[in-house]
Amino acid sequence: MNQIVARLAQAVLTVFGALTIVFFILHLTPGDPVQIMLGDYATPELISALRQHYGLDRPLPVQYVTFLKNTVTGNFGMSLSQKSDVTVVIRSAMSYTVELAIAAMIVTCVIGIPLGMIAALKRNTAADFAAMVIALLGVATPGFLLALLMIYLLSYRLGWFPVQGAGSGGLGSNLHHLILPAVALGFESSALVARTTRSALLAVLGEDYIRTARAKGLSSRAVVQTHALRPALVPILAVLGLYFGQLLGGAGIAEIVFGRPGLGKLLIDAILVRDYPLSQALIFVFLVAVIGVNFVTDTLYGFADPRLRWS
Amino acid sequence: MRDHVAASGTRTARANGPLGKGAQRTFWRDMARSFRRNPAGMVGLILVLVFLVAAAWGEVATPAGTNRTHLASRLRAPSAQHLLGTDGQGRDILNRVLAGAPLALAVGVLSVAGGALIGCTLGLIAGYYQGKVGAVIMRVVDALLAFPTLLLALAIMATLGAGLTNVMIAVGFSTLPRFARMMQAEVLTISGREFVTAARSIGAPVRAILVRHVLPNALSSVLVMATLYVSTAILAEATLDFLGLGPQPPTPSWGSMINDGSSVLQLAPWVVLFPGLAITLTVLGFSLVGDGLRDALDTRLRER
Repeated sequence: MNQIVARLAQAVLTVFGALTIVFFILHLTPGDPVQIMLGDYATPELISALRQHYGLDRPLPVQYVTFLKNTVTGNFGMSLSQKSDVTVVIRSAMSYTVELAIAAMIVTCVIGIPLGMIAALKRNTAADFAAMVIALLGVATPGFLLALLMIYLLSYRLGWFPVQGAGSGGLGSNLHHLILPAVALGFESSALVARTTRSALLAVLGEDYIRTARAKGLSSRAVVQTHALRPALVPILAVLGLYFGQLLGGAGIAEIVFGRPGLGKLLIDAILVRDYPLSQALIFVFLVAVIGVNFVTDTLYGFADPRLRWS
Repeated sequence: MRDHVAASGTRTARANGPLGKGAQRTFWRDMARSFRRNPAGMVGLILVLVFLVAAAWGEVATPAGTNRTHLASRLRAPSAQHLLGTDGQGRDILNRVLAGAPLALAVGVLSVAGGALIGCTLGLIAGYYQGKVGAVIMRVVDALLAFPTLLLALAIMATLGAGLTNVMIAVGFSTLPRFARMMQAEVLTISGREFVTAARSIGAPVRAILVRHVLPNALSSVLVMATLYVSTAILAEATLDFLGLGPQPPTPSWGSMINDGSSVLQLAPWVVLFPGLAITLTVLGFSLVGDGLRDALDTRLRER
């Protein structure tokens, strides 16, 4: 219990550290957001008025303290590019990305773990070969290429799926629009999970206690189920935890290619137009999600492999 | 025990049998022999070699008009004249794919080398010193890991501005925390093993334990991960280029070629397909070599 509390405290510190990194990376960027926002209409008076309005004229440490205070209280201010409250903008796009992330995670686990197990248990057979070819193609194909090829084949040629958008709001329509982006996003990560599962399981299968288990006459199935799978779960959990972050980053690409609204697309756009309030708030949301997932996977390590509870 | 003795490369044995008289068996020769026996690894090596030849070709032998617009021959399907067809501005796709190879090579290899070097050093220190030093390093690494790779790369790109060198820095920096995390996990596992306890109990200095006992045992994972991350780096570069942050047009980077092609996807899928295939095959090559290295470096697998 104490360990969990300590980890939670560390997680909070991590969020704080990451926020600090974010603030300084964004604010040390050359280029004036107000200038970019106003474009051709920028006059010196207008620029200075807007800078004052958004607090951008104050010294950096003051802006930093204000930023931390506002983050803790959830007051992210107005989006520079969307001309609307940041919280409202994020709330309107959040559900699309949550849907996409969950669907892609399901694709990842359902394809990745069985594929990796088959490859490890049937090492050097045709099944291993086929599983690893699929996994390798998944790792090697950029998500946006897979997305475009699926759009060409399944949407333009065969007409099975819609090309763009997130659906009309009904469950059936939403799911129909969700399938291609989830596969495009999840296939890449499932390949990574398959490779990790294979190497983790192979490494465990080489351990002495596995030989002992085999020597005492246990069936292969029992060896894998009782002795091999649990320690192999640690690296798999680590990859799933790590991949969740990648998935959130990649969500932006899937959202752009498939013309879906969502946090990833919003963030890429916000960074490109230097919409500080929006990008900072979005990064905060992403960080809390990713660090939360890492906290959960860290805690799960101990259940998967009791030796790690004391390390 | 086996690997750190063998990996140090100082102890060799006269081999009898297949290697012939006088050939010395070393860890690295055994590894090379084992790698040559792995068909997938060899396929990967061939793909990587093809890519290297393409990169050299693209660097020295790109025809002068590669980036020139020829509106009269827009969106031609692959033919004898244009083996891979032409794009929306009538440019030959084969020439542009070849010209894009050196860019991909530079980003892939240089950025990962930088990220791996710094990341592994941090991970090694954090894994062995599990007290305050380790905790501080890993919290910074965690803070960096909390960023999705692409997000971190984007934030850095926003600071540095678009361009090839900046893409390399951004991609290299975003792989760094992953190397650190992997290395730290490796060290945690290895330093709990009996031979490290043994080394510690006979009073071996920390540096010797890390360099002679821990590092060689973690080396296979580093090599495999670095090879794998060359592919990740090439993918990340392609993605940044796809978003328009890479080298400016008309520089023929594979990612920006796909971006150009996405607007004519329905009419001319080859504009997207061939640069995409170039990315996929290159990444596949490095992945297969990484896998082959993993199997060849792991003596436990090699013995079977």
